Amino acid sequence: MLAVRVLGTAAILFVLSIIVFSMLHLAPGDLVKTLLGTRPASPEAVAAIREQYHLDDPLPVQYLRWLGGVLSGDFGESIRLQTSVSDAIAARLGLTLALCGLAFAIALAVGIPLGVQSAVRAGGVLDRAGTTLGVIGLSAPTFAVGLLLLYVFAYYLPIFPVYGGGRGPLDTLYHLVLPAVTLAAGLGAIVLKLTRTAMLRELDADYVTSARARGIPESRTRRLALRNAAIPIVTGASLLLTFLVGGTVLAETTYALPGLGTLLQDSVLFKDLAVVQALTLLVALVIAMIALLADLAYLMLDPRVRDQGGAA
Amino acid sequence: MTAALGPVGVGFRSRRRIPATIVACLVVLAVALLAVLLGPLLFPDATKQDILSSLMPAGSPGHPLGTDELGRDILALTVAGAASALVGPVCVAVGSMLLGILLGTLAGYERGPLDFAISRWTDLLLALPVLLAAIVVSGVFGGGYWTTVALLILLFSPSDIRIVRAGVLEQAARPYIEAAQMLSLSRWRVMFRHILPNVSSLVITNAMLNVAFALVAFSSLSFLGVGVPPGTADWGRQLTDNRAIMFDNPAAVIVPAVLIIAVACCVNLVGDWLGQRLTRSGGVA
Repeated sequence: MLAVRVLGTAAILFVLSIIVFSMLHLAPGDLVKTLLGTRPASPEAVAAIREQYHLDDPLPVQYLRWLGGVLSGDFGESIRLQTSVSDAIAARLGLTLALCGLAFAIALAVGIPLGVQSAVRAGGVLDRAGTTLGVIGLSAPTFAVGLLLLYVFAYYLPIFPVYGGGRGPLDTLYHLVLPAVTLAAGLGAIVLKLTRTAMLRELDADYVTSARARGIPESRTRRLALRNAAIPIVTGASLLLTFLVGGTVLAETTYALPGLGTLLQDSVLFKDLAVVQALTLLVALVIAMIALLADLAYLMLDPRVRDQGGAA
Repeated sequence: MTAALGPVGVGFRSRRRIPATIVACLVVLAVALLAVLLGPLLFPDATKQDILSSLMPAGSPGHPLGTDELGRDILALTVAGAASALVGPVCVAVGSMLLGILLGTLAGYERGPLDFAISRWTDLLLALPVLLAAIVVSGVFGGGYWTTVALLILLFSPSDIRIVRAGVLEQAARPYIEAAQMLSLSRWRVMFRHILPNVSSLVITNAMLNVAFALVAFSSLSFLGVGVPPGTADWGRQLTDNRAIMFDNPAAVIVPAVLIIAVACCVNLVGDWLGQRLTRSGGVA
Protein backbone atom coordinates (compact mmCIF):
# COMPACT_ATOMS: atom_id res chain seq x y z
CA MET A 1 0.00 0.00 0.00
CA LEU A 2 2.69 2.43 1.06
CA ALA A 3 4.95 1.36 -1.79
CA VAL A 4 2.16 2.14 -4.26
CA ARG A 5 1.74 5.59 -2.70
CA VAL A 6 5.47 6.32 -2.91
CA LEU A 7 5.63 5.20 -6.55
CA GLY A 8 2.55 7.23 -7.42
CA THR A 9 4.02 10.31 -5.80
CA ALA A 10 7.30 9.81 -7.67
CA ALA A 11 5.41 9.46 -10.96
CA ILE A 12 3.47 12.67 -10.37
CA LEU A 13 6.62 14.57 -9.48
CA PHE A 14 8.31 13.23 -12.62
CA VAL A 15 5.46 14.36 -14.89
CA LEU A 16 5.32 17.69 -13.10
CA SER A 17 9.06 18.21 -13.62
CA ILE A 18 8.55 17.71 -17.37
CA ILE A 19 5.75 20.28 -17.36
CA VAL A 20 7.83 22.73 -15.34
CA PHE A 21 10.78 22.25 -17.68
CA SER A 22 8.61 22.81 -20.74
CA MET A 23 7.38 26.08 -19.24
CA LEU A 24 10.60 27.74 -20.37
CA HIS A 25 10.02 26.65 -23.97
CA LEU A 26 6.26 27.19 -24.04
CA ALA A 27 6.33 30.70 -22.59
CA PRO A 28 5.35 33.28 -25.18
CA GLY A 29 8.12 35.37 -26.67
CA ASP A 30 11.62 34.53 -27.77
CA LEU A 31 13.37 32.17 -25.37
CA VAL A 32 16.80 33.74 -25.84
CA LYS A 33 15.38 37.19 -25.20
CA THR A 34 13.69 35.96 -22.04
CA LEU A 35 16.94 34.45 -20.85
CA LEU A 36 18.91 37.59 -21.73
CA GLY A 37 16.56 39.68 -19.62
CA THR A 38 17.67 43.31 -19.69
CA ARG A 39 21.05 42.64 -21.27
CA PRO A 40 21.53 43.84 -24.88
CA ALA A 41 20.97 41.14 -27.52
CA SER A 42 24.34 41.28 -29.28
CA PRO A 43 25.19 38.24 -31.44
CA GLU A 44 27.92 37.27 -28.96
CA ALA A 45 25.53 37.45 -26.01
CA VAL A 46 22.95 35.37 -27.91
CA ALA A 47 25.61 32.78 -28.78
CA ALA A 48 26.77 32.75 -25.17
CA ILE A 49 23.22 32.17 -23.92
CA ARG A 50 22.65 29.36 -26.44
CA GLU A 51 25.91 27.82 -25.30
CA GLN A 52 25.20 28.30 -21.58
CA TYR A 53 21.72 26.78 -21.75
CA HIS A 54 22.66 24.15 -24.36
CA LEU A 55 19.75 25.32 -26.49
CA ASP A 56 21.13 23.55 -29.57
CA ASP A 57 20.82 20.12 -27.95
CA PRO A 58 17.66 18.05 -28.52
CA LEU A 59 14.93 18.71 -25.96
CA PRO A 60 15.17 15.39 -24.06
CA VAL A 61 18.90 15.97 -23.58
CA GLN A 62 18.19 19.49 -22.36
CA TYR A 63 15.60 18.12 -19.97
CA LEU A 64 17.92 15.49 -18.53
CA ARG A 65 20.70 18.04 -18.11
CA TRP A 66 18.28 20.39 -16.35
CA LEU A 67 16.91 17.60 -14.16
CA GLY A 68 20.43 16.56 -13.22
CA GLY A 69 21.15 20.13 -12.14
CA VAL A 70 17.90 20.34 -10.19
CA LEU A 71 18.60 17.09 -8.37
CA SER A 72 21.99 18.40 -7.28
CA GLY A 73 20.43 21.68 -6.14
CA ASP A 74 21.42 23.76 -9.17
CA PHE A 75 18.38 25.60 -10.52
CA GLY A 76 20.32 27.95 -12.79
CA GLU A 77 20.65 31.72 -12.67
CA SER A 78 18.05 34.33 -11.83
CA ILE A 79 18.06 36.91 -14.60
CA ARG A 80 16.39 39.46 -12.36
CA LEU A 81 18.59 39.12 -9.27
CA GLN A 82 21.81 38.16 -11.10
CA THR A 83 22.50 35.43 -8.55
CA SER A 84 22.03 31.69 -8.55
CA VAL A 85 18.44 30.65 -7.94
CA SER A 86 19.39 28.53 -4.93
CA ASP A 87 21.05 31.56 -3.29
CA ALA A 88 18.00 33.71 -3.95
CA ILE A 89 15.73 31.08 -2.41
CA ALA A 90 18.04 30.40 0.54
CA ALA A 91 18.15 34.12 1.36
CA ARG A 92 14.36 34.28 1.67
CA LEU A 93 13.49 30.83 2.93
CA GLY A 94 13.96 31.70 6.61
CA LEU A 95 11.36 34.45 6.66
CA THR A 96 8.72 32.34 4.92
CA LEU A 97 9.37 29.38 7.22
CA ALA A 98 9.13 31.64 10.28
CA LEU A 99 5.89 33.17 8.98
CA CYS A 100 4.32 29.81 8.20
CA GLY A 101 5.52 28.30 11.48
CA LEU A 102 4.12 31.17 13.53
CA ALA A 103 0.81 31.10 11.63
CA PHE A 104 0.62 27.33 12.10
CA ALA A 105 1.27 27.63 15.83
CA ILE A 106 -1.42 30.31 16.24
CA ALA A 107 -3.89 28.31 14.16
CA LEU A 108 -3.36 25.14 16.22
CA ALA A 109 -3.37 26.99 19.54
CA VAL A 110 -6.72 28.60 18.73
CA GLY A 111 -8.32 26.09 16.38
CA ILE A 112 -7.99 22.86 18.36
CA PRO A 113 -9.27 24.05 21.80
CA LEU A 114 -12.06 26.01 20.12
CA GLY A 115 -12.95 23.01 17.97
CA VAL A 116 -13.06 20.71 20.99
CA GLN A 117 -15.20 23.12 23.00
CA SER A 118 -17.52 23.67 20.03
CA ALA A 119 -18.03 19.93 19.69
CA VAL A 120 -18.54 19.40 23.43
CA ARG A 121 -21.21 22.07 23.61
CA ALA A 122 -22.54 21.71 20.07
CA GLY A 123 -25.24 24.26 19.34
CA GLY A 124 -24.13 26.49 22.21
CA VAL A 125 -23.04 30.11 22.11
CA LEU A 126 -19.36 29.27 21.73
CA ASP A 127 -20.13 26.78 18.98
CA ARG A 128 -22.17 29.31 17.04
CA ALA A 129 -19.51 31.99 17.47
CA GLY A 130 -16.87 29.49 16.40
CA THR A 131 -18.84 28.37 13.36
CA THR A 132 -19.41 31.99 12.30
CA LEU A 133 -15.72 32.80 12.71
CA GLY A 134 -14.89 29.61 10.83
CA VAL A 135 -17.05 30.55 7.86
CA ILE A 136 -15.47 34.00 7.73
CA GLY A 137 -11.98 32.55 8.04
CA LEU A 138 -12.65 30.00 5.30
CA SER A 139 -14.26 32.44 2.88
CA ALA A 140 -12.28 35.62 3.41
CA PRO A 141 -9.31 35.97 1.06
CA THR A 142 -6.03 36.37 2.95
CA PHE A 143 -5.23 39.71 1.36
CA ALA A 144 -8.63 41.21 2.26
CA VAL A 145 -8.19 40.16 5.90
CA GLY A 146 -4.62 41.43 5.78
CA LEU A 147 -5.56 44.85 4.44
CA LEU A 148 -8.32 45.27 7.02
CA LEU A 149 -5.98 44.25 9.87
CA LEU A 150 -3.33 46.54 8.43
CA TYR A 151 -5.74 49.43 8.55
CA VAL A 152 -6.93 48.73 12.09
CA PHE A 153 -3.45 48.22 13.50
CA ALA A 154 -1.79 51.04 11.65
CA TYR A 155 -4.52 53.53 12.39
CA TYR A 156 -6.39 52.72 15.58
CA LEU A 157 -4.01 50.44 17.49
CA PRO A 158 -0.48 51.23 16.38
CA ILE A 159 1.23 48.48 18.38
CA PHE A 160 2.48 46.36 15.49
CA PRO A 161 4.69 47.41 12.59
CA VAL A 162 2.76 47.23 9.33
CA TYR A 163 5.39 46.92 6.61
CA GLY A 164 8.67 45.15 6.00
CA GLY A 165 10.57 42.28 7.54
CA GLY A 166 12.52 44.00 10.32
CA ARG A 167 16.15 43.55 11.37
CA GLY A 168 17.45 40.90 13.73
CA PRO A 169 15.56 37.81 14.89
CA LEU A 170 13.38 39.46 17.55
CA ASP A 171 12.45 42.44 15.41
CA THR A 172 11.61 40.06 12.54
CA LEU A 173 9.36 38.04 14.81
CA TYR A 174 7.68 41.26 15.90
CA HIS A 175 7.17 42.23 12.26
CA LEU A 176 5.71 38.81 11.53
CA VAL A 177 2.94 38.92 14.13
CA LEU A 178 0.32 40.65 11.97
CA PRO A 179 1.03 38.66 8.79
CA ALA A 180 0.98 35.44 10.82
CA VAL A 181 -2.36 36.34 12.40
CA THR A 182 -3.70 37.08 8.91
CA LEU A 183 -2.57 33.69 7.63
CA ALA A 184 -3.77 31.97 10.79
CA ALA A 185 -7.32 33.23 10.20
CA GLY A 186 -7.81 30.92 7.24
CA LEU A 187 -5.61 28.16 8.65
CA GLY A 188 -7.31 28.22 12.03
CA ALA A 189 -10.72 28.02 10.39
CA ILE A 190 -9.72 24.79 8.65
CA VAL A 191 -8.26 23.37 11.89
CA LEU A 192 -11.42 24.36 13.76
CA LYS A 193 -13.67 22.69 11.21
CA LEU A 194 -11.61 19.48 11.09
CA THR A 195 -11.39 19.30 14.89
CA ARG A 196 -15.07 19.99 15.45
CA THR A 197 -16.23 17.40 12.92
CA ALA A 198 -13.83 14.74 14.21
CA MET A 199 -14.65 15.42 17.86
CA LEU A 200 -18.40 15.36 17.23
CA ARG A 201 -18.06 11.93 15.67
CA GLU A 202 -15.86 10.62 18.50
CA LEU A 203 -18.05 12.01 21.29
CA ASP A 204 -20.96 10.19 19.70
CA ALA A 205 -19.10 6.86 19.76
CA ASP A 206 -19.98 4.00 22.07
CA TYR A 207 -16.69 4.03 23.95
CA VAL A 208 -17.34 7.60 25.11
CA THR A 209 -20.80 6.65 26.37
CA SER A 210 -19.39 3.67 28.21
CA ALA A 211 -16.50 5.70 29.65
CA ARG A 212 -18.98 8.25 30.92
CA ALA A 213 -21.24 5.51 32.29
CA ARG A 214 -18.33 4.11 34.25
CA GLY A 215 -17.79 7.49 35.83
CA ILE A 216 -14.45 8.23 34.19
CA PRO A 217 -13.83 11.96 34.63
CA GLU A 218 -15.08 14.03 31.70
CA SER A 219 -11.65 15.60 31.11
CA ARG A 220 -10.09 12.15 30.68
CA THR A 221 -12.89 11.02 28.39
CA ARG A 222 -12.35 14.09 26.25
CA ARG A 223 -8.64 13.43 26.08
CA LEU A 224 -9.42 9.90 24.88
CA ALA A 225 -11.79 11.26 22.25
CA LEU A 226 -9.29 13.87 21.11
CA ARG A 227 -6.62 11.21 20.59
CA ASN A 228 -8.96 9.34 18.28
CA ALA A 229 -10.00 12.56 16.61
CA ALA A 230 -6.34 13.32 15.89
CA ILE A 231 -6.29 10.96 12.91
CA PRO A 232 -8.63 12.88 10.61
CA ILE A 233 -7.08 16.14 11.82
CA VAL A 234 -3.59 15.01 10.87
CA THR A 235 -4.63 13.55 7.54
CA GLY A 236 -6.19 16.95 6.79
CA ALA A 237 -2.71 18.46 7.05
CA SER A 238 -2.25 18.53 3.28
CA LEU A 239 -5.36 20.72 3.10
CA LEU A 240 -3.65 23.14 5.48
CA LEU A 241 -0.48 23.12 3.43
CA THR A 242 -2.35 23.83 0.20
CA PHE A 243 -3.93 26.82 1.86
CA LEU A 244 -0.62 27.92 3.36
CA VAL A 245 1.16 28.03 -0.02
CA GLY A 246 -1.32 30.42 -1.62
CA GLY A 247 -1.84 32.26 1.64
CA THR A 248 1.81 33.04 2.18
CA VAL A 249 2.12 34.59 -1.29
CA LEU A 250 -0.84 36.85 -0.50
CA ALA A 251 0.20 37.65 3.08
CA GLU A 252 3.78 38.49 2.08
CA THR A 253 2.56 40.69 -0.76
CA THR A 254 0.09 42.48 1.50
CA TYR A 255 2.70 43.23 4.16
CA ALA A 256 5.62 43.71 1.75
CA LEU A 257 7.68 40.95 3.38
CA PRO A 258 10.81 39.74 1.58
CA GLY A 259 9.94 36.01 1.59
CA LEU A 260 9.48 33.26 -0.96
CA GLY A 261 5.92 34.41 -1.77
CA THR A 262 7.00 37.85 -2.90
CA LEU A 263 9.97 36.24 -4.67
CA LEU A 264 7.50 34.11 -6.66
CA GLN A 265 5.22 37.04 -7.43
CA ASP A 266 8.07 39.32 -8.54
CA SER A 267 9.63 36.53 -10.62
CA VAL A 268 6.31 35.74 -12.31
CA LEU A 269 5.68 39.38 -13.19
CA PHE A 270 9.29 39.79 -14.39
CA LYS A 271 9.19 36.44 -16.26
CA ASP A 272 12.27 35.29 -14.32
CA LEU A 273 11.50 31.72 -15.27
CA ALA A 274 14.36 29.89 -13.54
CA VAL A 275 13.10 31.12 -10.17
CA VAL A 276 9.47 30.29 -11.03
CA GLN A 277 10.48 26.77 -12.09
CA ALA A 278 12.48 26.20 -8.92
CA LEU A 279 9.74 27.45 -6.59
CA THR A 280 7.00 25.48 -8.38
CA LEU A 281 9.01 22.27 -8.12
CA LEU A 282 9.92 22.90 -4.49
CA VAL A 283 6.28 23.47 -3.52
CA ALA A 284 5.19 20.33 -5.37
CA LEU A 285 7.94 18.37 -3.62
CA VAL A 286 7.06 19.71 -0.16
CA ILE A 287 3.35 19.00 -0.68
CA ALA A 288 4.03 15.47 -1.89
CA MET A 289 6.32 14.83 1.09
CA ILE A 290 3.83 16.20 3.62
CA ALA A 291 1.05 14.08 2.10
CA LEU A 292 3.26 11.00 2.48
CA LEU A 293 4.18 11.99 6.04
CA ALA A 294 0.51 12.47 6.87
CA ASP A 295 -0.10 8.90 5.71
CA LEU A 296 2.78 7.71 7.88
CA ALA A 297 1.50 9.71 10.84
CA TYR A 298 -1.82 8.01 10.31
CA LEU A 299 -0.07 4.67 10.69
CA MET A 300 1.63 5.85 13.85
CA LEU A 301 -1.43 7.39 15.45
CA ASP A 302 -3.67 4.39 15.02
CA PRO A 303 -2.41 1.57 17.27
CA ARG A 304 -4.41 -1.03 15.33
CA VAL A 305 -2.71 -0.18 12.05
CA ARG A 306 0.63 0.35 13.80
CA ASP A 307 0.69 -3.05 15.47
CA GLN A 308 -0.37 -4.77 12.29
CA GLY A 309 2.52 -3.06 10.50
CA GLY A 310 4.90 -4.12 13.29
CA ALA A 311 3.78 -7.73 13.14
CA ALA A 312 4.03 -8.04 9.38
CA MET B 1 -23.86 17.61 12.34
CA THR B 2 -24.93 14.51 14.09
CA ALA B 3 -28.42 13.16 13.92
CA ALA B 4 -28.89 13.81 17.63
CA LEU B 5 -28.66 17.55 17.17
CA GLY B 6 -31.93 18.35 15.50
CA PRO B 7 -35.32 16.86 15.00
CA VAL B 8 -34.39 15.30 11.69
CA GLY B 9 -37.36 13.81 9.98
CA VAL B 10 -39.89 15.50 12.27
CA GLY B 11 -40.67 18.36 9.94
CA PHE B 12 -39.96 16.24 6.92
CA ARG B 13 -43.12 16.99 5.02
CA SER B 14 -43.75 20.53 6.15
CA ARG B 15 -41.76 23.21 4.42
CA ARG B 16 -38.98 24.13 6.76
CA ARG B 17 -38.60 27.80 7.52
CA ILE B 18 -35.56 29.41 6.00
CA PRO B 19 -33.18 30.51 8.81
CA ALA B 20 -32.71 34.25 9.30
CA THR B 21 -28.99 34.03 8.51
CA ILE B 22 -29.75 32.48 5.16
CA VAL B 23 -32.34 35.14 4.38
CA ALA B 24 -29.77 37.83 5.18
CA CYS B 25 -27.23 36.09 2.93
CA LEU B 26 -29.75 35.83 0.10
CA VAL B 27 -30.48 39.56 0.43
CA VAL B 28 -26.76 40.37 0.22
CA LEU B 29 -26.41 38.13 -2.84
CA ALA B 30 -29.49 39.70 -4.45
CA VAL B 31 -28.00 43.18 -3.99
CA ALA B 32 -24.72 41.94 -5.48
CA LEU B 33 -26.64 40.47 -8.41
CA LEU B 34 -28.40 43.81 -8.93
CA ALA B 35 -25.01 45.52 -9.00
CA VAL B 36 -23.81 43.02 -11.61
CA LEU B 37 -26.88 43.62 -13.79
CA LEU B 38 -27.32 47.36 -13.32
CA GLY B 39 -23.70 48.40 -12.70
CA PRO B 40 -22.85 49.07 -16.33
CA LEU B 41 -26.13 51.00 -16.81
CA LEU B 42 -25.81 53.10 -13.66
CA PHE B 43 -22.14 53.92 -14.02
CA PRO B 44 -21.17 53.55 -17.69
CA ASP B 45 -17.95 55.52 -17.25
CA ALA B 46 -16.81 54.26 -13.86
CA THR B 47 -13.25 53.72 -15.04
CA LYS B 48 -12.90 57.21 -16.50
CA GLN B 49 -9.94 58.98 -14.94
CA ASP B 50 -10.16 62.55 -13.70
CA ILE B 51 -6.85 63.74 -12.29
CA LEU B 52 -8.38 67.00 -11.04
CA SER B 53 -10.51 65.22 -8.46
CA SER B 54 -7.99 62.63 -7.31
CA LEU B 55 -7.69 61.39 -3.74
CA MET B 56 -10.84 62.96 -2.35
CA PRO B 57 -11.81 61.50 1.04
CA ALA B 58 -15.11 59.75 1.64
CA GLY B 59 -18.03 62.13 2.09
CA SER B 60 -16.88 64.62 -0.53
CA PRO B 61 -19.65 66.31 -2.54
CA GLY B 62 -20.51 64.19 -5.55
CA HIS B 63 -18.26 61.36 -4.35
CA PRO B 64 -19.85 59.70 -1.30
CA LEU B 65 -16.98 57.21 -0.98
CA GLY B 66 -14.33 59.58 -2.30
CA THR B 67 -12.00 58.98 -5.24
CA ASP B 68 -8.78 57.10 -5.87
CA GLU B 69 -5.39 58.28 -7.10
CA LEU B 70 -6.62 58.52 -10.68
CA GLY B 71 -9.74 60.44 -9.65
CA ARG B 72 -12.11 57.54 -10.24
CA ASP B 73 -15.20 57.57 -8.05
CA ILE B 74 -14.96 54.71 -5.53
CA LEU B 75 -18.71 54.13 -5.36
CA ALA B 76 -19.08 53.90 -9.15
CA LEU B 77 -15.96 51.77 -9.50
CA THR B 78 -17.08 49.41 -6.76
CA VAL B 79 -20.59 48.93 -8.17
CA ALA B 80 -19.18 48.48 -11.67
CA GLY B 81 -16.54 46.10 -10.30
CA ALA B 82 -19.17 43.66 -9.06
CA ALA B 83 -19.58 42.20 -12.56
CA SER B 84 -15.90 41.44 -12.98
CA ALA B 85 -15.60 40.09 -9.43
CA LEU B 86 -18.67 37.83 -9.59
CA VAL B 87 -19.33 36.72 -13.19
CA GLY B 88 -15.95 35.00 -13.55
CA PRO B 89 -16.29 32.89 -10.38
CA VAL B 90 -19.82 31.78 -11.32
CA CYS B 91 -18.56 30.76 -14.77
CA VAL B 92 -15.69 28.88 -13.12
CA ALA B 93 -18.05 26.97 -10.83
CA VAL B 94 -20.50 26.12 -13.63
CA GLY B 95 -17.73 25.19 -16.07
CA SER B 96 -15.92 22.96 -13.62
CA MET B 97 -19.26 21.41 -12.63
CA LEU B 98 -20.01 20.50 -16.26
CA LEU B 99 -16.51 19.15 -16.77
CA GLY B 100 -16.82 17.23 -13.50
CA ILE B 101 -20.19 15.73 -14.51
CA LEU B 102 -18.88 14.60 -17.89
CA LEU B 103 -15.53 13.17 -16.80
CA GLY B 104 -16.69 11.99 -13.37
CA THR B 105 -19.66 10.06 -14.80
CA LEU B 106 -17.55 8.51 -17.54
CA ALA B 107 -14.88 7.48 -15.05
CA GLY B 108 -17.32 6.11 -12.52
CA TYR B 109 -19.58 4.25 -14.96
CA GLU B 110 -17.21 3.02 -17.64
CA ARG B 111 -14.35 2.14 -15.25
CA GLY B 112 -11.35 0.48 -16.91
CA PRO B 113 -8.58 2.40 -18.67
CA LEU B 114 -10.74 5.53 -19.06
CA ASP B 115 -11.25 5.68 -15.30
CA PHE B 116 -7.54 5.16 -14.75
CA ALA B 117 -6.61 7.97 -17.15
CA ILE B 118 -9.12 10.41 -15.68
CA SER B 119 -8.13 9.58 -12.10
CA ARG B 120 -4.41 10.06 -12.79
CA TRP B 121 -5.23 13.35 -14.51
CA THR B 122 -6.99 14.60 -11.37
CA ASP B 123 -4.07 13.37 -9.23
CA LEU B 124 -1.72 15.44 -11.33
CA LEU B 125 -3.87 18.58 -11.15
CA LEU B 126 -4.17 18.19 -7.39
CA ALA B 127 -0.41 18.01 -6.94
CA LEU B 128 -0.13 21.80 -6.92
CA PRO B 129 -2.24 24.27 -4.95
CA VAL B 130 -4.80 25.95 -7.24
CA LEU B 131 -3.63 29.45 -6.43
CA LEU B 132 0.04 28.67 -7.06
CA ALA B 133 -0.67 26.96 -10.39
CA ALA B 134 -2.92 29.84 -11.43
CA ILE B 135 -0.33 32.48 -10.50
CA VAL B 136 2.42 30.66 -12.37
CA VAL B 137 0.45 29.82 -15.50
CA SER B 138 -1.37 33.11 -15.96
CA GLY B 139 1.74 35.06 -14.95
CA VAL B 140 4.10 33.28 -17.33
CA PHE B 141 1.73 32.82 -20.24
CA GLY B 142 -0.15 36.05 -19.76
CA GLY B 143 -3.82 36.11 -20.46
CA GLY B 144 -6.86 38.17 -19.75
CA TYR B 145 -10.10 37.66 -17.94
CA TRP B 146 -11.50 34.71 -19.88
CA THR B 147 -8.17 32.92 -20.03
CA THR B 148 -8.15 33.09 -16.24
CA VAL B 149 -11.70 31.70 -16.19
CA ALA B 150 -10.67 28.78 -18.41
CA LEU B 151 -7.56 28.14 -16.34
CA LEU B 152 -9.53 28.11 -13.08
CA ILE B 153 -12.16 25.77 -14.58
CA LEU B 154 -9.36 23.33 -15.35
CA LEU B 155 -7.83 23.70 -11.89
CA PHE B 156 -11.15 23.47 -10.05
CA SER B 157 -12.43 20.45 -11.97
CA PRO B 158 -10.58 17.66 -10.04
CA SER B 159 -12.75 18.09 -6.95
CA ASP B 160 -15.92 17.95 -9.08
CA ILE B 161 -14.66 14.95 -11.01
CA ARG B 162 -13.86 13.06 -7.80
CA ILE B 163 -17.18 13.87 -6.16
CA VAL B 164 -19.21 12.86 -9.21
CA ARG B 165 -17.13 9.72 -9.71
CA ALA B 166 -17.63 8.60 -6.11
CA GLY B 167 -21.37 9.27 -6.35
CA VAL B 168 -21.69 7.40 -9.64
CA LEU B 169 -19.72 4.43 -8.32
CA GLU B 170 -22.15 4.21 -5.44
CA GLN B 171 -25.24 4.49 -7.65
CA ALA B 172 -24.00 2.14 -10.37
CA ALA B 173 -24.11 -0.82 -7.97
CA ARG B 174 -27.81 -0.32 -7.22
CA PRO B 175 -30.65 -2.51 -8.52
CA TYR B 176 -32.34 0.23 -10.56
CA ILE B 177 -29.23 0.56 -12.67
CA GLU B 178 -29.15 -3.17 -13.19
CA ALA B 179 -32.77 -2.92 -14.27
CA ALA B 180 -32.00 -0.14 -16.68
CA GLN B 181 -29.15 -2.18 -18.14
CA MET B 182 -31.46 -5.19 -18.51
CA LEU B 183 -33.81 -3.04 -20.56
CA SER B 184 -30.73 -2.46 -22.74
CA LEU B 185 -30.99 1.27 -22.50
CA SER B 186 -28.05 3.02 -24.09
CA ARG B 187 -25.18 3.71 -21.72
CA TRP B 188 -25.51 7.49 -22.24
CA ARG B 189 -29.15 7.25 -21.24
CA VAL B 190 -28.28 5.28 -18.13
CA MET B 191 -25.48 7.65 -17.21
CA PHE B 192 -27.19 10.95 -17.74
CA ARG B 193 -30.91 10.20 -17.38
CA HIS B 194 -30.80 7.69 -14.55
CA ILE B 195 -27.60 8.11 -12.54
CA LEU B 196 -27.03 11.85 -12.89
CA PRO B 197 -30.29 12.99 -11.22
CA ASN B 198 -29.34 10.91 -8.20
CA VAL B 199 -25.96 12.55 -7.74
CA SER B 200 -27.17 16.04 -8.66
CA SER B 201 -27.54 17.26 -5.08
CA LEU B 202 -23.86 16.52 -4.40
CA VAL B 203 -22.89 18.28 -7.60
CA ILE B 204 -24.99 21.37 -6.96
CA THR B 205 -23.75 21.74 -3.39
CA ASN B 206 -20.16 21.46 -4.49
CA ALA B 207 -20.73 23.98 -7.27
CA MET B 208 -22.09 26.50 -4.74
CA LEU B 209 -19.03 26.08 -2.54
CA ASN B 210 -16.84 26.36 -5.63
CA VAL B 211 -18.36 29.76 -6.38
CA ALA B 212 -17.03 30.97 -3.02
CA PHE B 213 -13.60 29.43 -3.58
CA ALA B 214 -13.43 30.77 -7.13
CA LEU B 215 -14.36 34.23 -5.88
CA VAL B 216 -11.45 34.10 -3.47
CA ALA B 217 -9.06 32.70 -6.10
CA PHE B 218 -10.17 35.22 -8.72
CA SER B 219 -9.81 38.26 -6.48
CA SER B 220 -6.48 36.92 -5.20
CA LEU B 221 -5.17 36.73 -8.75
CA SER B 222 -6.39 40.26 -9.48
CA PHE B 223 -4.77 41.41 -6.25
CA LEU B 224 -1.44 39.89 -7.33
CA GLY B 225 -1.76 41.62 -10.68
CA VAL B 226 -2.17 38.54 -12.88
CA GLY B 227 -5.95 38.16 -13.23
CA VAL B 228 -7.65 41.14 -14.82
CA PRO B 229 -5.80 43.77 -16.86
CA PRO B 230 -4.97 47.12 -15.19
CA GLY B 231 -7.69 49.75 -15.46
CA THR B 232 -10.53 47.22 -15.14
CA ALA B 233 -13.22 47.84 -12.56
CA ASP B 234 -12.69 44.84 -10.27
CA TRP B 235 -12.66 44.49 -6.49
CA GLY B 236 -9.36 42.61 -6.27
CA ARG B 237 -7.72 45.04 -8.66
CA GLN B 238 -9.07 47.96 -6.63
CA LEU B 239 -7.41 46.61 -3.51
CA THR B 240 -4.00 46.32 -5.13
CA ASP B 241 -4.32 49.76 -6.76
CA ASN B 242 -5.48 51.48 -3.59
CA ARG B 243 -3.16 49.84 -1.08
CA ALA B 244 -0.86 52.87 -1.22
CA ILE B 245 -3.66 55.39 -0.61
CA MET B 246 -5.14 53.51 2.35
CA PHE B 247 -4.58 56.46 4.66
CA ASP B 248 -5.74 59.14 2.21
CA ASN B 249 -9.05 57.44 1.49
CA PRO B 250 -9.60 54.33 3.63
CA ALA B 251 -12.96 53.66 1.97
CA ALA B 252 -11.13 52.83 -1.27
CA VAL B 253 -9.68 49.74 0.44
CA ILE B 254 -12.20 48.91 3.13
CA VAL B 255 -15.31 48.84 0.93
CA PRO B 256 -14.04 46.36 -1.70
CA ALA B 257 -12.33 44.23 0.98
CA VAL B 258 -15.50 43.98 3.07
CA LEU B 259 -17.58 43.27 -0.04
CA ILE B 260 -15.34 40.39 -1.13
CA ILE B 261 -15.45 38.89 2.37
CA ALA B 262 -19.21 39.40 2.71
CA VAL B 263 -20.14 37.89 -0.65
CA ALA B 264 -17.79 34.92 -0.17
CA CYS B 265 -19.23 34.25 3.31
CA CYS B 266 -22.80 34.48 2.03
CA VAL B 267 -22.17 32.12 -0.88
CA ASN B 268 -20.49 29.68 1.51
CA LEU B 269 -23.33 29.80 4.04
CA VAL B 270 -26.02 29.41 1.39
CA GLY B 271 -24.03 26.56 -0.16
CA ASP B 272 -23.72 24.76 3.19
CA TRP B 273 -27.40 25.24 3.92
CA LEU B 274 -28.43 24.06 0.48
CA GLY B 275 -26.20 21.02 0.87
CA GLN B 276 -27.79 20.04 4.17
CA ARG B 277 -31.27 20.59 2.80
CA LEU B 278 -30.68 18.61 -0.37
CA THR B 279 -29.05 15.64 1.33
CA ARG B 280 -31.72 15.56 4.04
CA SER B 281 -34.56 15.62 1.56
CA GLY B 282 -33.19 12.37 0.21
CA GLY B 283 -31.41 13.32 -3.00
CA VAL B 284 -28.63 10.98 -2.03
CA ALA B 285 -29.18 8.33 0.57
